[in-house]
Amino acid sequence: MTVGSRGEAPVLVGLGEAFGLVLRRELRLSFRRPDQLLQPLVFFLIVTTLFPLGLSVQLSLLREMAPGVLWVAALLSSLLSLDSLFKSDADDGTLEQLALSGQSLTLIVVAKTLAHWLVSGAALVLVSPLVGTALAIPTAAFATMMGSLALGTLTLSWLGAIGAGLTVGLKRGNVLLSLIVLPLAMPLLIFGAGATDRAISGTGALGALYLLAALCVLTCTLAPFAATAALRITLE
Amino acid sequence: MTTAADGLCVEKVHVWRGDRHVLRGVSLTLGEGELLHVSGPNGSGKTTLLRVASGLLRPEQGTVTWLGRSIAAASAEFQTALAYASHEPALKGDLTALENLRFMVGLKRRVTTAELHASLERTGVAPCADLPARVLSAGQRRRVALARVLAFRAPLWLLDEPYSNLDAAGAALLSALLEEHVATGGLALVVAHHDLQIGSATRRLGLAP
Repeated sequence: MTVGSRGEAPVLVGLGEAFGLVLRRELRLSFRRPDQLLQPLVFFLIVTTLFPLGLSVQLSLLREMAPGVLWVAALLSSLLSLDSLFKSDADDGTLEQLALSGQSLTLIVVAKTLAHWLVSGAALVLVSPLVGTALAIPTAAFATMMGSLALGTLTLSWLGAIGAGLTVGLKRGNVLLSLIVLPLAMPLLIFGAGATDRAISGTGALGALYLLAALCVLTCTLAPFAATAALRITLE
Repeated sequence: MTTAADGLCVEKVHVWRGDRHVLRGVSLTLGEGELLHVSGPNGSGKTTLLRVASGLLRPEQGTVTWLGRSIAAASAEFQTALAYASHEPALKGDLTALENLRFMVGLKRRVTTAELHASLERTGVAPCADLPARVLSAGQRRRVALARVLAFRAPLWLLDEPYSNLDAAGAALLSALLEEHVATGGLALVVAHHDLQIGSATRRLGLAP
C-alpha cells in the first residue's frame, strides 16, 4: 500500500459540486440568522423613508433627490453586511479548513461572495420598488432602477470581498473596510444614480447602464483573484 | 535525501514573525505508519510548524514536500491527503454537527450521511448529530472535529493540541484512534504539550523556546 491511497481511492469532488456545496452552506447559514439578513434591508427602508419626512413634501424636489438618496442608502446598507463576509469563518478556524479543503480558494471566494450578494444585494433590489414609491419615482423608471441596483450591488459585493479579505485579520476592521470600499464605489454611485435620474426624466438611461455593466464585468473577472490573494495574506 | 517513500518531509525551515525568529532550521520526516509528537513550551513555534507543514504558512526558507513533491506545487493532491485540525474546532454554531461535517468533508471527497454518522458514532457524539454546534460543550465540539478528521479518510493527520477540552474517556479514545490510524499505515503529526499515552512507538520532536 502506498501512502497516497488508503483503502479505496477517495472519490474527488468536482468544481461545480464544490461550488454548489459552499453556496448552499452560505445560504443556509444566512437563513439560520434571519436577524442578520433583515437588518441591512430594514436599514435601507428606514434611511430612505427618513428623507421624505425630513425634506419638504414637494413632489418635484423629492423626485430630484430620489436617485441620490436611493443609491447612497443602498451603498451604506450593503456595507453593513460586508464585514461579516469572511470574518466569522476566520474567527472560528473555518477559513483554514476551507483553504486546505483541496478545492481552489478562488472558487470558494466566488461562491461565498455570490451567496452574500443573493441575500444582501438581490434582496435590496427586490424591496427597491417599495422605496421607489416612497420617493415618488415613477413606475416607468422602476425597471431601470432595479437593473442599475442589481449591477451596482453585485459590483459592490466584489469590491467588498477585496476589502473584507484585507481587513479580516483586524480586530475592528469595519471602519477601515468602509474607507477602502467607499472611494472605489464612487463610479457606481455616479453611473447608478445617473441611470435612475435619466429614467425618471425619461431620457435614455442605456449609456449609464452599459457603463455599470462594464464595471460589473470588470470586478466579476478580476476581484475574485484579488480577494483570494488578500485572504491568503491574512491566513499567514 | 528526499525520496518518494518519505511521505511528509520538512527540511531546514525558517520562519520569522516580525523580528522573532520562530522556527530556526527545523527538519523532520514522517513516513508511513509513523507518529511524530511535537512538544515544547508555549511560544516555541509548535503551531507555526504545523501551519508550515499544512501549507497554510509559507516558510521564508526551507521546503516542505509530500511524496517527494513540493506541497505548494501539488497543493490539490496534498490537501486531498491531508486532515488538519487546528486548536479551534472550526464548527459553525448555526449548523448542526452533521451539516458541519457534510459541508466540510464534502469539499474533499464524496461522502454519504451514513459514513458521517459512523464517524460521529466512533467519537461518541452520535446523539448530538442533529443539534446545532453552538449548544454543544467544548469537549463535544472537539469530538465532532475529531469525527471530521476521521471522515476525511486522509492518510496524513496534522493535529494541533487535540487533547484540549477532552475528558479522560475522550483522551483515551483519541489515543486509540491515533494508534489505529498509525497501525493501518497512516501518518500523524501531533502537537501536544503532554504525553500521548500511546503504546506503539512514537517519535518525539522537542522545540526549544
